[in-house]
Amino acid sequence: MLMPKPDQGVIDRRAEIIAAMRAIVPGEGVIADDAMLRAFECDGLMAYRQLPLIVVLPETTAQVSEILAYCHDNGVKIVPRGAGTGLSGGALPLADAITLGLSKFNQVLDIDYANRCAVVQPGVTNLGVTKAVEGDGFYYAPDPSSQIACSIGGNIAENSGGVHCLKYGLTTNNVLGVEMVLMDGTVLRLGGKHLDPGGYDLLGVLTGSEGLLGVITEVTVRILKKPETARAVLLGFNSSEEGGDCVAAIINAGIIPGGIEMMDKPAIHATEEFVHAGYPMDVEALLIVELDGPKVEVDYLIERVSEIAKGEGAIYSRISESEEERAAFWSGRKNAFPAVGRISPDYLCMDGTIPRKKLGLVLQRMTEMSDKYGLRVANVFHAGDGNLHPLIMFDANQPGELDRAEEFGADILKLCVEVGGVLSGEHGIGVEKRDLMGEMFTEDDLKQQQRVKCAFDPDHHLNPGKVYPTLHRCAELGRMHISRGQVPFPDIPRF
Amino acid sequence: MTEILKPDTADQVLDAVKWAVSEATPLDVRGTGTKAGFGRPVQAGRVLDLSNLAGITEYDPGELVLTAGPATPMAEIEQALAEANQELAFEPMDLGALYGNGAGAGTLGGVIAANLSGPRRIKAGAARDHFLGFQAVSGRGEVFKSGGKVMKNVTGFDLSKLMAGSFGTLAVMTQVSVKVLPRPEKTRTVLLMGADDTHAVAALCDALGSSHEVAGAAHLPASVAQRSAVGYVSGAGTAVTAVRVEGPGPSVEHRCKSLRDLFAPFGAVEELHSHNSAAFWREIRDAAPFTGDWQDHQVWRVSVPPTAGPIVGQHLRARLGGEVYYDWGGGLIWFALDARSDAGAADIRRVIRDCGGHATLVRATADVRQAVAVFQPQPGPLADLSKRVKEAFDPEGILNPGRMTAGV
Repeated sequence: MLMPKPDQGVIDRRAEIIAAMRAIVPGEGVIADDAMLRAFECDGLMAYRQLPLIVVLPETTAQVSEILAYCHDNGVKIVPRGAGTGLSGGALPLADAITLGLSKFNQVLDIDYANRCAVVQPGVTNLGVTKAVEGDGFYYAPDPSSQIACSIGGNIAENSGGVHCLKYGLTTNNVLGVEMVLMDGTVLRLGGKHLDPGGYDLLGVLTGSEGLLGVITEVTVRILKKPETARAVLLGFNSSEEGGDCVAAIINAGIIPGGIEMMDKPAIHATEEFVHAGYPMDVEALLIVELDGPKVEVDYLIERVSEIAKGEGAIYSRISESEEERAAFWSGRKNAFPAVGRISPDYLCMDGTIPRKKLGLVLQRMTEMSDKYGLRVANVFHAGDGNLHPLIMFDANQPGELDRAEEFGADILKLCVEVGGVLSGEHGIGVEKRDLMGEMFTEDDLKQQQRVKCAFDPDHHLNPGKVYPTLHRCAELGRMHISRGQVPFPDIPRF
Repeated sequence: MTEILKPDTADQVLDAVKWAVSEATPLDVRGTGTKAGFGRPVQAGRVLDLSNLAGITEYDPGELVLTAGPATPMAEIEQALAEANQELAFEPMDLGALYGNGAGAGTLGGVIAANLSGPRRIKAGAARDHFLGFQAVSGRGEVFKSGGKVMKNVTGFDLSKLMAGSFGTLAVMTQVSVKVLPRPEKTRTVLLMGADDTHAVAALCDALGSSHEVAGAAHLPASVAQRSAVGYVSGAGTAVTAVRVEGPGPSVEHRCKSLRDLFAPFGAVEELHSHNSAAFWREIRDAAPFTGDWQDHQVWRVSVPPTAGPIVGQHLRARLGGEVYYDWGGGLIWFALDARSDAGAADIRRVIRDCGGHATLVRATADVRQAVAVFQPQPGPLADLSKRVKEAFDPEGILNPGRMTAGV
């Protein structure tokens, strides 16, 4: 992975930069000691590591503004970091950049039940938002599997999903407002407790921008009352195609389940051996369908889902009869990653989205690739929205296996694009998928996205080297060759 | 008379924009022009009429995604979805009647460009939340795309969000993809009679804070309720507060009963069933109380935190007269007032200054919309950033100049 060449001039000024940062953030908020910097050398994508120039952990918006203004004026790059759980390397440090950690922004500021929202600092964990309101029966809907550790600010940066997003939406559908700081130190408020602020939807483009547009210092999220009850049903099939057809049949019957997950045989076996969730071992595909709402609705719909599944050829069906049993159904799925980690020294977790009807084809081709690369693969799938997580198993201690695994992963993502899907459903591009962007986008597509970047950060100081394979200077991106009066009047109908 | 360019293909759109850039001739970009009264009047030498870029190109109900030309009439979209028992869950309003035109004439691209949504906004989100991807020609005269045709996608910046609500000022969309969802099996509406604005919004907040997945929460003061075409509402002779529940039959009955119990302490309770319920929410969605005899009034949409709604509504009427009704649990105030040259803009924006929110002038004559900030003015740094975003797409100011902000 080729990162932008570090600016030796900045590295040479390290002592001066440390002094400037200590003047802004007193005490232990500036970390310059190598041993301590080691803790920040990677995020959830552990294959790539780099010590940051220094780490700064501010505590107030004013400090963030001062830090960014200093870096803007002095040509120092910034890598924003939430909890460092991202899976695509969005928070991978740069040798010539300050890693700006938001972990000290950990306060819940305001809970407003009447307006159904909570105002929190960006370092509060995803689960921390729910914890703050669950005593009163509320929760925050998006639930990425790292929710115990990941921060809400990081969720916005990545537009995180989870298993419930078909029904309840992604982060972008559940964030009402932010306070953010631009690279030049300007503090802005976007949105708030009201809906749909007029003007360009800058909050919308900020969400999922992977730390390239600004630093978030406060967040207003929508909170919801917990559903009265939830039940899940396990459904087993002879093939993944049948499982996929069953998902389509459920949706075509007008049912949008709270969660609808699929696992293939290798994933079923790995998880069952790990957590003993009680999964059937003789099926090729397993669906977990969860219905939530009033008891009467859940009971009614779970029967209908079971009927539909029978019609679609389900060879196994078990409905949860207690909260414990429902939790057991989920325990396997939720532990799928560590379960695969247990049967393989290393694994790569991929993340593409496909049109659901292409599932059979994609899995078939993946099996062929598995043979070609000589590496095993297990699949977990957010089946409702077509988001596929193939887990490629390898051993990094075997020479060449990491490279082969990465090639295999790239082939899977190319396949996702080929069948009409996308490179990333919820993990982001970061550095991991950066060099595959050209598979999905033309040069003009990418340039237009980067022009938006230029409107926020014209000198590429914020998180450079992430998301976009080629860094174009903003002046070059903005240049327009206009031949006044030389383009012929278009030959199109006119009136 | 302004010349109209009417491309048949995306390639011709590209030719037209390239030519307009080379001639420094701004374009008034439109689908069928039904929302020309929304936003500031555009000063443009040519009209770019997209009405031939119509038609559904991909729709597989099981995938919950629909792709179409930007000028596909909403009537066509709704019919195709209805045949598969699906819908656009964000319930886009139809501005036809508000502007004195017929219903069903708007386009899918127009709905997205104006980020329209209806009463279900509070549960399902706005157009921006269902807009998955697009192809377009930028004001630079370049073809580009963003997003995709799948429901979950974080590949690159989400330019779809910027396009939604940009009123054609950033790029000319040539193809759009939206998320669609199953229609609810059953719908019912619980009515609370005779509550004043404050109690009504308190009741709505309780309902929205329950686990009943309320899909509509509105309040009509007595003078507005009496103009409803739904007999139960106009005949009530008092204020009417309404919540909508949707879903499978047994569930809707259960939720309805719970909400009736929740409303009981606030006053008398009634129910609307299928036909009346649908008619009622269409009225709320399309600002029907301010159409017909009210055509000469100016109309504002004011978005505030729901609990601030009643106070804002009270202050608006005290300062400027007119009438209000509430949607989005009190968070959306439709306000109609006697026409005046400044449309009451300064007063209205003063009223909402402290609670946070924004006011949009949705109906006024062109001269008023030319003179008054139609959209909420932004603080300096935010306005500057918005201007830079505009320049990132349309540096020469070719597309719908001035539609949202004077000089941008």
